[in-house]
Formats: sequence, structure tokens, C-alpha cells
Amino acid sequence: MHNLHVRILATLLVVIGCGLCYYKVTRLGLPLLSTEDAEVWTVEARIEFKARSATPVKVQLAIPKSPAGYTVVDENFVSSDYGLTTEDDGIRRTALWTVRKTKGYQVLYYRIQLARDPMAVTTPSTLPPPAVAPPEYPEVLRPAAQAVLDEARRKSADVLSFSREVLVRFNDPNPDANVSLLRQDLQTQEDWTKRAIGLLAGGGAPARLVNLLMLRDGVRHGELTPWLEVYDGQSWQPMNPRTGESGIPKDCIVWQVGDGPVLDVQGGRFVKLEYSVGRHTQEMAVVAEQRARQMGSRIMEFSLFSLPVQTQNVYRVLLLAPVGAFLIVVLRNVVGVNTFGTFMPVLIALAFRETKLQWGLILFTSVVALGLAIRFYLEYLKLLLVPRLASVLTIVIMLMAVISLLTHKLGIDRGVSVALFPMVIMAMTIERMSLVWEESGAWEALQQGFGSLTVAALAFLLMSNKQLGHLVFVFPELLLVVLAAMLLLGRYTGYRLTELWRFRAALRG
Amino acid sequence: MAWRNWLLPGRRLRELGIMGMNQRNADFILPYNQRSRYPLVDDKRRTKDLAQAAGIAVPKLYGVIEIEHQVEELEILLAPYPEFVIKPAHGSGGEGIWVVSSGAGGRYRLAGGEQVGVDELGYHISSILSGMYSLGGLPDCALLEYRVRFDPIFDAVSYQGGPDIRTVVFRGVPVMAMLRLPTRESGGKANLHQGAIGVGIDLRDGSTFSGVRRESPVEHHPDTGGTIASLQIPHWDEILALTARCHDLVGLGYLGVDIVIDRDLGPLMLEMNARPGLSIQLANNAGLLPRLNRVRSLETVPESVEERIVLAKELAASVSGKRNSPEL
Repeated sequence: MHNLHVRILATLLVVIGCGLCYYKVTRLGLPLLSTEDAEVWTVEARIEFKARSATPVKVQLAIPKSPAGYTVVDENFVSSDYGLTTEDDGIRRTALWTVRKTKGYQVLYYRIQLARDPMAVTTPSTLPPPAVAPPEYPEVLRPAAQAVLDEARRKSADVLSFSREVLVRFNDPNPDANVSLLRQDLQTQEDWTKRAIGLLAGGGAPARLVNLLMLRDGVRHGELTPWLEVYDGQSWQPMNPRTGESGIPKDCIVWQVGDGPVLDVQGGRFVKLEYSVGRHTQEMAVVAEQRARQMGSRIMEFSLFSLPVQTQNVYRVLLLAPVGAFLIVVLRNVVGVNTFGTFMPVLIALAFRETKLQWGLILFTSVVALGLAIRFYLEYLKLLLVPRLASVLTIVIMLMAVISLLTHKLGIDRGVSVALFPMVIMAMTIERMSLVWEESGAWEALQQGFGSLTVAALAFLLMSNKQLGHLVFVFPELLLVVLAAMLLLGRYTGYRLTELWRFRAALRG
Repeated sequence: MAWRNWLLPGRRLRELGIMGMNQRNADFILPYNQRSRYPLVDDKRRTKDLAQAAGIAVPKLYGVIEIEHQVEELEILLAPYPEFVIKPAHGSGGEGIWVVSSGAGGRYRLAGGEQVGVDELGYHISSILSGMYSLGGLPDCALLEYRVRFDPIFDAVSYQGGPDIRTVVFRGVPVMAMLRLPTRESGGKANLHQGAIGVGIDLRDGSTFSGVRRESPVEHHPDTGGTIASLQIPHWDEILALTARCHDLVGLGYLGVDIVIDRDLGPLMLEMNARPGLSIQLANNAGLLPRLNRVRSLETVPESVEERIVLAKELAASVSGKRNSPEL
């Protein structure tokens, strides 16, 4: 009856836990493995201008719209007194800062964090091609352009190959007379690209200007790179205006589409716009989480990632405690190891996270050994229980302080972290150990002490497993599975491993 | 086929009906022992009161020390008693029990031969009061009681302290019993965990057979050299009846009852245990499970103590087989 109940409950928990996890992995693309790291780029656009006094200021900045191959991890606008709106007309996004009255130099920031993410959702631009704009070059260039276009058309099959031929000719290092004429008085890269677009338009190929931002780590005063896109009948294909190669370079994003101004400031002078780019790596889970959030899944509302980072870090540790507790369940009820205090080893293991195993063991052993020695002296004084426990606690804390000081003076940084040991637990451990020592002998006490320490070390090794930490944090529902296992073990009536040894006399028969 | 025993020890133990700790807790203690009845056995004072009210013989209670203040008048309190036992009301595993006899000049002699002053007795009692021996360190009280004069029949097989008889009673039916003999190693305490000897008792007639010490079979007492097997425990039927009545007293389905035999007063119930250990199986060289399952399968257990004793003996006969050669 009980068993059936427990089994049904456990099955239910496992199904819910695994089901949620499966959904998160397959549908939301959260990574099961912790090893994956994502490259995260932080791009900052800095706008600086001097406001004209007594005129309203209106700053319009083109900003990226869900760049292909990247997930937007974070995006923010820094502008103290300004009103801010963002607009999205389907092709481009703009941020609009407005303020009625201000003066002096103004600095506005737009910051976006992007993670390279092959699984990122990209909405292909399915907008209809615009009407081919009339060619944008002076009338005198028309014959030269026509000659280039005719030649390119002869040697091409479709819009894309035609565009490539045009660009190759236009960029020829040994230009003929026609091309030289076309390239006259082109100064900036943008002019160059616009002329190319004009040429292509003249040949009936719809093309448009896009501005790319190259993602190079450490760029301080970056600028946008003009690029062009050609409409091949279905979608816009990017193309290098200098070589005619299709595609956009690796590590860059489309900042703005179309040839409108990137920045437009009304009511300001001496306008300056600079881009800076930095790179760092971040856990894939964070990126995937952000992506899942953008997919609008309800489940992500309950993700631990939505907590403040500090609280997140607390839960990263806390969620591992059940795993440690499960280890204790197995060790006590299936193996039959005796420890001082049920969950003392888990708490010690949590402290080991800071000190690391080797130092943790050394520090723990030294505090307990010193504490025990003093405790034996207290035994001689015949103190009552609670004052004695309080004295042991005080002594433990003083010992910890002394060890911290000594190791600090010796330049052993790890030793300082002895302060992270749970001192009440240590005091109780010392008290219990001394009682066992008195009642059952030193051997028994050392055995139990060693057993506790071994269990703590095992719990630490388990709980410091990066993969495990990742799993319980990204998929906290897996704790339901752990809970189910605990429930089942709660009805485990089989022998403990140590009992097989204990009853060995019966086996001899 | 001996190698198979070692290869699959769990299966072999299962065949022998040996009960493990997990099974004891999950299948017997949790379902049959109501939490609310634990205090009846955990508090030795309440156990004693209950037993006396029901006419069950227990070591006489001389006094209870409940507050620190009483410790100051200890000497006056102890004056009338040349011999006595101090024990914590909530102790477990025989911890904190001092067996004392008064000596000359305000000195007291402990069972181990040690001489202590009244202040040391007082400190010990204070320790008991502060909860040193109680579960969870809760404040406790100390009991002063009659010192049992052990029946001399066990003199050849016990060291210093006195032997006691542990009986496991399930649903009011005694299912297994063992005699616990103190050794030098156990410090005169009848605690198997500390090295006392556990000796199997044939429930039918109260005669002993094989013994174990620290999980290994023994035939002679290591300190006195006395032979352990074939001792006849006096007042056996009375003892069985006593254990069965103890169940009625506290209403715990799975119960351990500890009984000592006084030279003059006969069997006395010392204490009860709601979580009796498993070593009794080793002492009897037999598993508890066949007997427990038999009792568990009974629709109703007979009301009268006599019928239950008959049942217990039948059970022991049918499951254990012939005497001196139980089923193992």
C-alpha cells in the first residue's frame, strides 16, 4: 500500500522532472552540457554632441535589428534626462532620444550584448523588393556605365552573377577608361558603395546599402563599414562592394539597412558617433536562456536566471545541497556508513567549495584535532553541558581566527578561508567525537571521524562537479527526480552493505 | 555451495530471514510503533510508574533528582542506601549508568572498582540533568534506584556488571530472546555494541545455546572462562509472561524488553526499547523475519498472556527446528 503510493508518486515526479527537462532541451535549446561557452560581444555606440541652448533636442540612432547568427543577451540605453522610444518599421530599428531643454555637452550611450549562437532564431527578411531606384550617377557617366553593364550582362546568368561581374569590373585594379571615369571623385567607402549601387540599379538589379559593424575585440573608435545587398528575387544577398564576393565577413553584424543617416541629431552641434567593441566568453546556458526567453516561453518566466545575479549564485550552491543529501541517503541507508550528524558532511562539503579539497581537509582536521585536545582538558574541569558546548564553540571560533591569521602571515591564502567553516557544526562534531571517544574508545571515534570526513570529501567531489551544478541550475526540475529517488530509498528495506559484513557469521553456516 | 553465499550475500541473508536495519525501520517500527507512545519507553521514570501500576516487578525507585539544587543535598539523600544505581531517565545504550555502593569515609565505590567522592557523584548527576545522555541533549532527570543483586547462576559467565535478558516482542508475542553477558571490554555493561556477549535463548525452555561477541561466535566467556551454552535461565516462563505484559503496558507493536534476574526478587523489568537492535539474530544464529512474518500474518493475536506464550513457544519450535541446531 505504502510502497505503491510511494512508487506512483516517484514515477510522477520523474515524469514531470524529465518531461520539463526534455522540453527545455529540445524546444528551448537549453544545453545539457556545461562545457559549451559562447562568445559574447559588447558593442557600445557613444554619441556626443553639444546641445543648442533653448531648443528641444532630438537624437535618432539606427540600431541593429536581431542580427543574424547572434542572440541579443542584453540591450540598454544610457541617457539620464532623455525620453527614449524605439521604433521598428520592419526593416530597421531606431532609438529616439528626446529632451525639451538641456545644455552643454551631451553623451548618450547605446549598448548591446550579442552572443554568437548558431541556433539563434533569425527572421528572414521577406519584404518585397523595392522598386529599382533610378540610377544615381551624373548624366555624363551614362555611356561609361552602360558599357560596363553591357559587358557584365553578357558574362552573367542571373542577378547575382550579374552583380558580381559589375563589382569585379568596378573594382578592377587596372581599370579601363570607362571604369576610371566611373570611379572619379569617389572618396569614401560609402560613396564607392553608393556608386556601385547606382550602377547595379542602372542594370536593373535592385541593390541597397547596409552598414556593418565589424566585431573586433578592443576596438575603441570603430566605424561602420558600408556593404551592399542585392535582391535575387527571393531575399537580400549581402555582397562585398570591393570584391563582389557574396556574404558578410565573419564576426560582424548588420547595424543599419538602407542609406539613411545612422545618426541624426536635431538641436545639437559637433556631433560625434563612435563605436567600441569588446569580447568575453559567457556560459552557453545564459545565452540559450536569453534566446528561450525571446521565444516567449512561459516556462522561462520561472527560470532561476531571472533572479538577481547574487541570488542566482546563492541558488547555484543551494540547489546542489539536495544532491549532497542524496549521497548521504545512499551512504547511510544503502552502504551503512556512520557519520557524526546526519547532514554534517554536506555542510562541511559546502565549506570545502571555498577552501578546495586539500586545504579543506587540512584545515578541518587541524581545527577538530586542536578542538578535541582542548575539549579533553575541559572534561577534566567537569563543566555542565551547555556551558561546555558554548566554550567549545568559542574555542573553535578562536582557533579558526588563529589559523586564519597564521596562514595569512605565512602567505597561504587558502588558509584564510577557514572562516567559512560552519563553526556550530564543528563545535558539535568535536563534542560528539569526544563523547564517542570516551564511551566507545579512540578507535571508534577516529573511525567515525574519518568516515565523516570521507563522506564530506565525496560530497564535495560530487557537489563541485561542474556538469552537475549546471544541470541543477539550468534544469532545477531535475531535483524532482532526485526527490523521487529519495522517496524510493525511503522505502528501501534491503540490507545495507555493512550489514552483509555484520551478519557474516550467519553466512558461514 | 559456500562460494555462492559470499558471492550473493544479500540473497543468502534473505533466505536465512535475517532482518536488516532498513527493513526493521520501514516494515516494523514505522507501521507498528506509534510515535506518541515512544515517551512511555524513552522516559524510564514513566515506564517504571506504568509497570508498577500494572503490577510488573521493577527495581525499586529510591528517588528522582530533577533540579540542580537537589545535588547539594545528595549525601543526605543517599544516606539510607548502602547500594544504589544512578541512571539518566532518558538514557540510551546503557550510557550514564553508575552502579554505586557506599564505602567508608564518604567514599563511594563504583561497580568497576573505582572510588569516587560525593562531589564526583554530584557532577555526574549534574551532567545527567543537563542532558548529556539524553537524546538531543534535552534536560533530563536522574533516577536513584535499587541495585539489582544478580542471580549467582550467571556469576561464571559475567564480568563485573550483571547480565540481562533482551526479548523482542512483536504484537505482544515474544519472538526472540538473548542473554547479554558483560565482559571486561564492555566495561561491565550488557551492551553488545561495546563488546558484551550475546547468547541465544531457546524460547521454549529458557536454555541458552550459541553466543556471539563482536559478531563472531564464542563458546566461553573471555574473562571468566565459563561455558556459555546450556545455561538454564531461572523463572523462564515468568520472564516470558513479563515481556508479553510489557507490550500491553506501552502498546508498542515492535518492542525490546530488558529483564534482569534478582537473587531475591526474581525477574525485574529494567527498561524497554522502541528500537531494539538486530544483534539478537546473531546471538540466536537465526533470522527474525520468519517469526515476525508469522506473527504479522495472524489476523488477531490472542488476548491472554498465557495463550501468547504458548504461541511464542510454538513459533520458536516450528521455525527454529530442533534445539541446539536451529535452521542455520
